Amino acid sequence: MLIVVSMVTFSIFFVVPRLAGATAEDLANRYVGRAATGEIVAAQAERLGFNDPLVVQYGRWIAGVFLGAEYDTGAGVEQCPAPCFGYSFITRQPVWPDLLDRLPVTASLATGAAVLWLIGGIATGVVSALKRGSLFDRAAMGVALAGVSLPIFFTGIASLVIFSYTLGITAPGGSYTPLTEDPIEWAYNLILPWTTLAFLYAASYARLTRAGMLETMSEDYIRTARAKGLPESKVVTKHGLRGALTPIVTIFGLDFGLLLGGAVLTESTFSLNGVGKYAVSAIVKNDLPQILGVTMLTAFFVVIANLIVDLLYAVVDPRVRLS
Amino acid sequence: MTEKTSGRAATATGERSPRTTSFLEVNDLRIHFPTEDGLVKSVDGLSFRLDRGKTLGIVGESGSGKSVTSLGILGLHKGGRARISGEIWLDGEELVSASAEQVRRLRGKKMAMIFQDPLSAMHPYYTVGDQIIEAYRVHNNVSKRVARKHAIDMLGRVGIPQPDRRVDNYPHEFSGGMRQRAMIAMALCCDPELLIADEPTTALDVTVQAQILDLMRDLQRDFNAALIIITHDLGVVAELADDILVMYGGKCVEYGSAEDIFERPEHPYTWGLLGSMPRLDREPTERLMPIKGTPPSLINVPPGCAFHPRCAYTDRTGGKSNTVVPELVETEGGHLVRCHMSRQERREIWENEIKPSLESM
Repeated sequence: MLIVVSMVTFSIFFVVPRLAGATAEDLANRYVGRAATGEIVAAQAERLGFNDPLVVQYGRWIAGVFLGAEYDTGAGVEQCPAPCFGYSFITRQPVWPDLLDRLPVTASLATGAAVLWLIGGIATGVVSALKRGSLFDRAAMGVALAGVSLPIFFTGIASLVIFSYTLGITAPGGSYTPLTEDPIEWAYNLILPWTTLAFLYAASYARLTRAGMLETMSEDYIRTARAKGLPESKVVTKHGLRGALTPIVTIFGLDFGLLLGGAVLTESTFSLNGVGKYAVSAIVKNDLPQILGVTMLTAFFVVIANLIVDLLYAVVDPRVRLS
Repeated sequence: MTEKTSGRAATATGERSPRTTSFLEVNDLRIHFPTEDGLVKSVDGLSFRLDRGKTLGIVGESGSGKSVTSLGILGLHKGGRARISGEIWLDGEELVSASAEQVRRLRGKKMAMIFQDPLSAMHPYYTVGDQIIEAYRVHNNVSKRVARKHAIDMLGRVGIPQPDRRVDNYPHEFSGGMRQRAMIAMALCCDPELLIADEPTTALDVTVQAQILDLMRDLQRDFNAALIIITHDLGVVAELADDILVMYGGKCVEYGSAEDIFERPEHPYTWGLLGSMPRLDREPTERLMPIKGTPPSLINVPPGCAFHPRCAYTDRTGGKSNTVVPELVETEGGHLVRCHMSRQERREIWENEIKPSLESM
């Protein structure tokens, strides 16, 4: 799976432009300064190996991931230790250490938000389903609709203005303390980004849970559970919710995997130096190796997440298990 | 617990008999569901008695109110939109006026239910053992190990081979008959005194049906439980039931011992049921005698006798059948019939018309 992902990514970045008519020089243009002459560009193209056959380029790139690579910039040879996901000529840094630096921020953001949205979304969905048609149900689904529809940069900036700058109860944008330094400060600084991000996802999870619960609660085994004399709370959680979990687990895997690749809007809104913000700046700068690095990272997380979700499926639903 | 007095005289025996020591006594039970289309009168004045160790068969078509009755006895309509009136006395405790919590404590312990389709009635994500253990631990404060041992015991008692292995299997890993046995084990694990089986064999092959019925008869004897079998299959009740209650349109139309119902039925609907039953011991010469028409809507129950649109003998009632609801009246020794025709007439028709054609079928 990962091999396929790497091939697809490679094709997008290095093959498709060729098909669109780019030459080795065009590709090399990104790696030279503004005042470069044709000779310099041609030389750079040669150094970067853009004149080699595509298969060789791909092989070199993959080899670089595992073994590290060297880049001849013309001003010297830069080392890019393994794993080498590319070397940015604009920042003159290998891509991987940057990503590694930013990963904890994104991971913190994603994990905290995930906990919040799972608890909030699922709980709301369950109550909504049980009290279908009630005021709570209608209000909750209305709020959910708002949550799904409002863009993050709106809710994010609005909450910053209200809570951080006017009321002053949460941290202003741009603050981040690593977990290892000070857990309380870490949590305090992330509360607003967490709730903003969670609000968006909780909305769709509430709707998903509600639909799943409505379906499960009308199943025969719920009637059996009640006939056994189980208290209603057990019927709802142990029998009802368990049955509704499968779609939730699937979607969560995908959502979380994608999020680890960078919560672009949230990080930008709250000025958090995560992978998402890195991706945005890379795109703006047109820094290909950086973009490539982020793409590979996100793809990696999504693939892993999908794998885990598939395995979890078998845990949740015994009918799916391999013998 | 205050005794709820019903507004009208109990129509069960035609007189308000003093409360005898029946284990289960249902008096004028009415379960109505308000819907957008109208009031669905699923159960409309049902009364019967049942003792421990005895079996009652409730027979009727789909939509006659059989299942609603059983769910009503179990208290599974409480807290919903159903309007329940009447009395259900279980071992001296009145259930209609009891709180939902009180009835919940009895469910599974004092009264248990076996459902029709064990594949959908058991949770697909939990092992059979887990589900039985859960049923046991709701009412008994024991450790998981003890409960598990009991579950294995019960699985063995219902005839599942290698119960110590199969206790960890999931419902989909059982065959239909084994699954129903497991369901029975789950219902019986807390030693209930009242067992209600709602179409327990409908979803099974015929050969397996016989096994399950045998099993139920044996278990009933061992546990000395009162058993209610709800079915549309007269063959099933012929095997097991001591008494039979025929339901139509939410009401009881005939009630008597199995012998009464099979040898001396007195209601046109019962005749129809007997006539539409295919029998292997009769010559397949004539066609089956189906009952013409369809079951009535329980929202718009036909006025007068609910069966009159489908009855071949309405003209003998002098116009009463479509205006006056017949009372449930004793015809002889505990055999009750709800019909406008006179006892004389009914017996004549049975002896001269129905019985011969049944035998020659």
